[in-house]
Amino acid sequence: MKDEKYTPLPRRPIGLDREELKKRTVTAPDGQTFEVDPIRDYYCQDAPKAHQRSYIKIVEDFFNWCRAESLWILGYGTGCGAIEMRPLMTPRFDAYRYGIQWRPTPRQANLLMISGYLSVKTLKRAIRSYEQMQNPKYVVGLGSCTINGGMYWDSYNTIKKLDEYLPVDLYIAGCMPRPEALLAGFEDLKKIIKAGGGEGANKYAENFEWYKANQKSVIKDWDMPDYNW
Amino acid sequence: MRALYDRLKDRFQLGELTRQRPDLGFVTVGRDHLRALLVELKDVEGFTHLVLFTAVDWLEDGQFQLTYLLNNRATAQDLGVRLMIPREGASMDTIHDLWPTAETYQRELYEMFGIDFPGSPRVDEDFILEGWTDLPPNRRDFDTKEYSEATFAERAGRESHDPRDHMKQKLYPDGE
Ligand code: SF4
Repeated sequence: MKDEKYTPLPRRPIGLDREELKKRTVTAPDGQTFEVDPIRDYYCQDAPKAHQRSYIKIVEDFFNWCRAESLWILGYGTGCGAIEMRPLMTPRFDAYRYGIQWRPTPRQANLLMISGYLSVKTLKRAIRSYEQMQNPKYVVGLGSCTINGGMYWDSYNTIKKLDEYLPVDLYIAGCMPRPEALLAGFEDLKKIIKAGGGEGANKYAENFEWYKANQKSVIKDWDMPDYNW
Repeated sequence: MRALYDRLKDRFQLGELTRQRPDLGFVTVGRDHLRALLVELKDVEGFTHLVLFTAVDWLEDGQFQLTYLLNNRATAQDLGVRLMIPREGASMDTIHDLWPTAETYQRELYEMFGIDFPGSPRVDEDFILEGWTDLPPNRRDFDTKEYSEATFAERAGRESHDPRDHMKQKLYPDGE
């Protein structure tokens, strides 16, 4: 049964049409006037660049070994799976013995765990966080929600396939995956990185247009620059 | 609660009192009397706390049912005030001046049901959803599955079962 008579109620402008993101002239306390264009002035607009590999394989292998042995996770949780990270940090499962630790800011982290369903609103924050991390960086998707939508497969507000929007290195299946599964997943990720497969950041830079098009197709309220460095 | 109802019934032309528990009851009221009733309940009868304010979509009847749930701390009683409004061009008087928290509920109803509250602060601002352009998602004629299929990329190979048939198959493979 469909009611066709609905006329949308008025909404405030969203995305880049927001009042506070518009170009404007500001008068400073000393009387000078100058133009402010928030999106252009406060952020770097350059697209990311792919990172060059080393000139010989053995050096690159050494780098990859080093990278694999220091996985620093951004302490950022979405969905239910974030709960499973807490026992990992504490003595019971103690992920620190594998060289894995949690950091409070994206600048200090190189592994982004998407720990469950991502609503469109959270996806925007996840993208911002991912783009602010330093290269080389890795993404792990946790649980069936990130793989194919999980039990939120018919929800109006959650994405169903994470690798359309971010370059995922590894998925850990389960709903939710147990801490043991996460530890096994970390070991797998290390193997991938050591084998030279952890190229997510480069993939992101090379297919930047494609990722952006996908991201913008679901995030209607796009109120940030194209690349949040 | 019965005494309270008897006191207010004729003045505000209340409908039947439905008592779900000794300390929880619901009454229906007409739109003209709603505000006066809420003021009376709040200022005289001690129902000072707005617990929640929500809507139900009666699609078949073309109506929204609004529920204002009020709490009286001193007597530990809850009273729900119910009200029907037409679904088409749904609009209701704001009560944010009685309870400031109503502002938040009204923003939610505006976004999720498409009910207008003229004069409520920031009511046209995004609440939970960001940049929503389709039908308000809590209206029953909004098809969430259809929307999700049209909007979000899917991974091929996902199987869905009807839970009833699937469990029947699993538990009783050879019928009965
Ligand atoms: S996969 Fe399961 S546990 Fe993980 S976010 Fe989805 S519903 Fe929650």
